Amino acid sequence: MSLNYFELFGLEPIFNIELAALESNFRKIQSESHPDRFVTAPAAEKLSAMQQATLANEAYLSLKNPANRAKYLLELQGITAISETNTAMPTDFLMQQMEWREATEDAISAKDISALDSLLAEIQVEAKTLQESLTSLLDVQKDYAAATDATRKLIFIDKVSEDINRAIEQIDI
Amino acid sequence: MALLQISEPGMSAAPHQHKLAVGIDLGTTNSLVATVKSGMATVLQDEHGHALLPSVVRYMPEGEVVVGHDAQAQQSADPVNTIASAKRFMGRSLKDIADRAHIPYNFVDSSDSTKLLQIQTRAGLKTPVEISAEILKTLKARAEKSLGGDLIGVVITVPAYFDDAQRQATKDAARLAGLNVLRLLNEPTAAAVAYGLDNAAEGTFVIYDLGGGTFDVSILKLTKGVFEVLATNGDSALGGDDFDHRIYCWVLDRIRESTSDFNPLSENDTRLLLTKARQAKEWLTDNHEAQIVCRLSNGMLVDVTLSSTQFVEFTQQLVIKTLAPTRKAMRDAELTLDDIKGVVLVGGATRMPQVRHAVEEYFKQTPLTNLDPDKVVALGAAIQANALVGNRSEDDLLLLDVTPLSLGLETMGGLVERIIPRNSTLPVARAQDFTTYKDGQTAMSIQVVQGERELVADCRSLARFELRGIPPMAAGAARIRVTFQVDADGLLSVSAREQTNGVEAHVVVKPSYGLSEDEITHMLKSSFGSAEADKVARMLAEARVSAGAIINSVTLALAVDSHLISEQEKQVIETEIQNLQTVSQAEDAVAINKAVDALNHATEAFAAARMNASVSHALSGKNLDSINL
Repeated sequence: MSLNYFELFGLEPIFNIELAALESNFRKIQSESHPDRFVTAPAAEKLSAMQQATLANEAYLSLKNPANRAKYLLELQGITAISETNTAMPTDFLMQQMEWREATEDAISAKDISALDSLLAEIQVEAKTLQESLTSLLDVQKDYAAATDATRKLIFIDKVSEDINRAIEQIDI
Repeated sequence: MALLQISEPGMSAAPHQHKLAVGIDLGTTNSLVATVKSGMATVLQDEHGHALLPSVVRYMPEGEVVVGHDAQAQQSADPVNTIASAKRFMGRSLKDIADRAHIPYNFVDSSDSTKLLQIQTRAGLKTPVEISAEILKTLKARAEKSLGGDLIGVVITVPAYFDDAQRQATKDAARLAGLNVLRLLNEPTAAAVAYGLDNAAEGTFVIYDLGGGTFDVSILKLTKGVFEVLATNGDSALGGDDFDHRIYCWVLDRIRESTSDFNPLSENDTRLLLTKARQAKEWLTDNHEAQIVCRLSNGMLVDVTLSSTQFVEFTQQLVIKTLAPTRKAMRDAELTLDDIKGVVLVGGATRMPQVRHAVEEYFKQTPLTNLDPDKVVALGAAIQANALVGNRSEDDLLLLDVTPLSLGLETMGGLVERIIPRNSTLPVARAQDFTTYKDGQTAMSIQVVQGERELVADCRSLARFELRGIPPMAAGAARIRVTFQVDADGLLSVSAREQTNGVEAHVVVKPSYGLSEDEITHMLKSSFGSAEADKVARMLAEARVSAGAIINSVTLALAVDSHLISEQEKQVIETEIQNLQTVSQAEDAVAINKAVDALNHATEAFAAARMNASVSHALSGKNLDSINL
């Protein structure tokens, strides 16, 4: 029996999910399946608890993060958002990315954490806009081609944010 | 007088009987054991009324081992045979110890720099694992005496920031002490449990835990008995000991100023001054100045006065060092200061006023100190131990902890490919595909590392293993899937599999930094002495107990849930039960364990089906609730 992640948490397979319901159903599943509940149980039950809890963690992570959730919804449609053969990005987005990267480099050389923080905030605004358009593209219009482009942008944005956070960590000692 | 009930050998205890389980805080400076008695978590005391057991072990000339206050009292007189703060050396090699010149022990140099460090004592070479096992044995004896029975299991706390090698070493020490480890629990999480349950707290809390030798900071979200760790960070080589050490260095400087002929201190004098430094630190918590007076072995009198202002000044860097991990944890949790409902201080070193001020200043709120910072970790561990063995009737305590450090492996050019990022909720499994670099390559060396840096050389190497027998193919054609799995104790296992022909390699990460299975078996043998017969009897008894337990639990499960499987599957399970019952009558422990394994194997699909049923039941239960509203 293989449930998809939405089915596992008893949720509609949409982008604009109710995060509170995801969270509370995740806790319910962990309450049943966490290895702590099976410390004195036979090995077979321990094993299935470990597998179920691991799956629940993985599924939760995939649905909680918007970029991962969009990517997963597309996968359910048989679409791979990021693949080796599909890397084209619109020029304006690439320009935008290069600007962020340059600003990041500058802030790193100046060891300017607050500049990096405001860059993060700026990028988050862009991410929010993309998430709103994904709600309409995936849940209403079901325009999977456009949704794929938006998802890829969101994934790239997550990557830039992650790199900025790592940079802050290197500076902040 | 109440009569004690004794169950028939081989029968499992009645379900309502309280099972003896304890929590142990194995600390750098002090260790404690606690349990839950009639619903209340309590620290167990020794016969003199001491709750804290100093984590000091002394090897005596007659072969006796003394642990605790008596050992601590002899530290200055017998420094090389009296080992304190062994926790700092757990899972470490000699090259990891930065300040060994100031540690008065005879460390043994090994040609192999990755080998675990050892200390030469009059009782022979001792590893930190063996030294810690002595502390655990003492606490085990204290608990069994106080509770009047054998312990079913223990929860042992470790710093959240302990890496895999340090966790494995802690588990090894417990095994040497004859303890059944139910779970390794992160210290800040334990503290959060004790604090949260006590105060019925809800919301996001920070646990700032500065112990004798380690610093942890964890951010937890508390919701109706669920303790979810959002992020953790720290420094596994920073603690109260470092403050002592700064005082010690300051005193040395004063001595150097006052005399022209000053020779390096003897081991006894070093230990004496370190003890005086610790006392001065504690004194300065409530006083403005501390006088440090002692006579060195060469007759020189040391008499200096340290003001709290001076102390704060020369330890400022240490305090600042705790704030970087704190900021990192806040970033990882994606929180701002406004999101934090409370900051709980844990660990004896948080008694220092400068530490409290720094925390207060950073979080812009007064930290919570209403629980004894020395005891809160042990109390939390006791609550968790009680819940794990099923004594807790309300089914509402759940800890969701995370892995503190990223796990990855080495790729071309000495770069780290991260497989599991830090702060992933446990248990977690992740797989990644790799390929060959050369045409016809038939083997691949896989190095597993832990840490946040980009270069393998800057991370801690956990293990190296080889996958052989890859069919010769063009470079880049093979598909090797490497799977990392971290269990609820935070311990890692890694397996690698070539996808086209299924060649497999598997390691539980242990070899390069842990004790080998052989070493543990050898230590266990020597600690049991020559009583080989005892050992055989013990193994048989243990095998029969686990046989009884699994027969019981599978029979119960079949009675309730046999509709989840086919009649045929049910028959297979019943056959295995009968087989196990038959084998249990005989005296062969190995055969019993084999039959237990067979029954376990036969019930795997059944267990998975029950798990699915219980999960969907839990979710549908929620829907009913919302309809009723």
